[in-house]
Amino acid sequence: MRLDDDLLAINCPLVERILCGFIQQEIQRAGFSRAVLGLSGGIDSTVVVYLAAKALGPENVLAVTMPYKTSSEETRRDSAEVVERLGVQTVDVPITDQVDAYFSQFPDASRLRRANKCARERMTVLYDQSAAFGALVLGTSNKSELLLGYGTQFGDMASAINPIGDVYKTQLRELAAHLEVPEAVLAKPPTGDLWIGQTDEDELGFSYPEVDSLLLLLVDQRWRTSELVRAGFDEDFVERVAEMVRRNHYKRRMPIIAKLSRRTVDRDFRYARDWGT
Amino acid sequence: MASATENIMPGETGPLAEANEVAGENAGTLRIALAQTNPRLGVQAENLQDHLTKVESARDQGADLIIFPELSLTGYFLRDMVPDVAIARDAEAIEQLAAAGKTTSVVAGFVEESAEHRFYNAAFYSENGRVHHVHRKVYLPTYGLFDESRYFASGDRIRAFDTERFGRVGLLICEDFWHLSAAAIMQAEQVDMLICVANSPTRGVSGDQIETAETYWRLCRSYAQLIGCLVVMVNRVGYEDGLCFWGGSIAVGPDGKTKGEGPLLDESLTMVSVDPADLRRERLATPLGRDEQLLLTIEELDRIKRERYQS
Repeated sequence: MRLDDDLLAINCPLVERILCGFIQQEIQRAGFSRAVLGLSGGIDSTVVVYLAAKALGPENVLAVTMPYKTSSEETRRDSAEVVERLGVQTVDVPITDQVDAYFSQFPDASRLRRANKCARERMTVLYDQSAAFGALVLGTSNKSELLLGYGTQFGDMASAINPIGDVYKTQLRELAAHLEVPEAVLAKPPTGDLWIGQTDEDELGFSYPEVDSLLLLLVDQRWRTSELVRAGFDEDFVERVAEMVRRNHYKRRMPIIAKLSRRTVDRDFRYARDWGT
Repeated sequence: MASATENIMPGETGPLAEANEVAGENAGTLRIALAQTNPRLGVQAENLQDHLTKVESARDQGADLIIFPELSLTGYFLRDMVPDVAIARDAEAIEQLAAAGKTTSVVAGFVEESAEHRFYNAAFYSENGRVHHVHRKVYLPTYGLFDESRYFASGDRIRAFDTERFGRVGLLICEDFWHLSAAAIMQAEQVDMLICVANSPTRGVSGDQIETAETYWRLCRSYAQLIGCLVVMVNRVGYEDGLCFWGGSIAVGPDGKTKGEGPLLDESLTMVSVDPADLRRERLATPLGRDEQLLLTIEELDRIKRERYQS
């Protein structure tokens, strides 16, 4: 493949500065000074909590751990180390009771339903904690996940502001190393910890560096399929990924509204989120 | 000082001798304040107060000119707010700001509503407390993250104007500056100073510098040398809906060298001193403006116009 080796390279000190400024100023614009986020001990939420601690001061950041009974011991251990290193505030809110209570009514529910329910349960906890803490919820979905739709709508994809939504997973690893997150966080394979032993790359069927290179060319640089194939990408892989991006677009948008009037919300009633701030 | 900058305008033999005296003997420097602000989105009254504070501070520091970024009174991502924040060019806010400058000239950005109820992305230049020139942005970016043509009408002229202290001045707004034709018109106008006010957001973070910043600085250096003038670009900072405006304002002398620069990403009021005599020296060394074949250019453009539009 005749592609740049550093196709996905980012200037980490510059990105860190821009993202810290983003967290600080966008939270301030909304009239807040604090942030809350779900911490899993994975790379995404670890990077976000590091950035938030730098941007707002650790005392203004609440890291919420929300284990389910199948959550791994590594998850717990790595989150604890991140919290200890940064000195951010923390609260542990296990979600096993409420999720299991719900599924006692639907015992045959699939693994996917259960995983989505956990993600949405965590979302409601975060939003409630944000009210208690007087904070905005920080998103932890990266660009790879957002494009592939590899997340739960109104679950882990829900947030007030998302500092890493324009950063591919492969780039996040670079950023995490630059931020000097614990070695254990960097070393483990990406996982949603959705069920025991689950890893993203097994479930997706390709590796992040592979798909991130493709997404960057396809989405950011708008290469055509024929050009991608000429550059060495497998045509089926290109088409499969392009289809994932298309099929999951609904997750990235507000619900579609039936238009009747002259000005309809989200269509021709257009204001910035930062309207009047 | 006015004659010090006039002296380099080719073909004007009258002021030249007089100007040489001024430039050679007691030409002082001119001071320009680059105001890298972070306006609130659509909160004009508050932004105006911030402008007034900075104008006063610049005056106290002996500034001859203070330059605010594009749409400095309103913020950038206005969308449907455009008609809500639009004001006439003789509105009280503009007159108040111009008057506050007194002998310090002010450049600031606003949304102008014309008598025909068209809305323009506009900027004014004031002199001695009064609005002296208004430029309406001609090139409205409507691609990628930009959608200006949806909300604004396009300006229909690109013209320079004479000033007391800075000689002949051109004022462009952001995307205007990316069009070679606008720069060529300013060269034909024989400007001594070209001002570009900008709201440039960050795109591209893989290199040593923000990609959009690098391109902007390259344009500033190139235009300064090619036109043989001082180029001053002022860009805002802060975030709007996740867009990060990178600041990095810069003043470039006619030799292409940086005379002063604002910080990247942070708010600031940066004072820059420029020596009008630089213009004379550079135009002696590289008289590109003198040698420019304006009539030939016009003839060729006329030919292209005939071939493209009248065949």
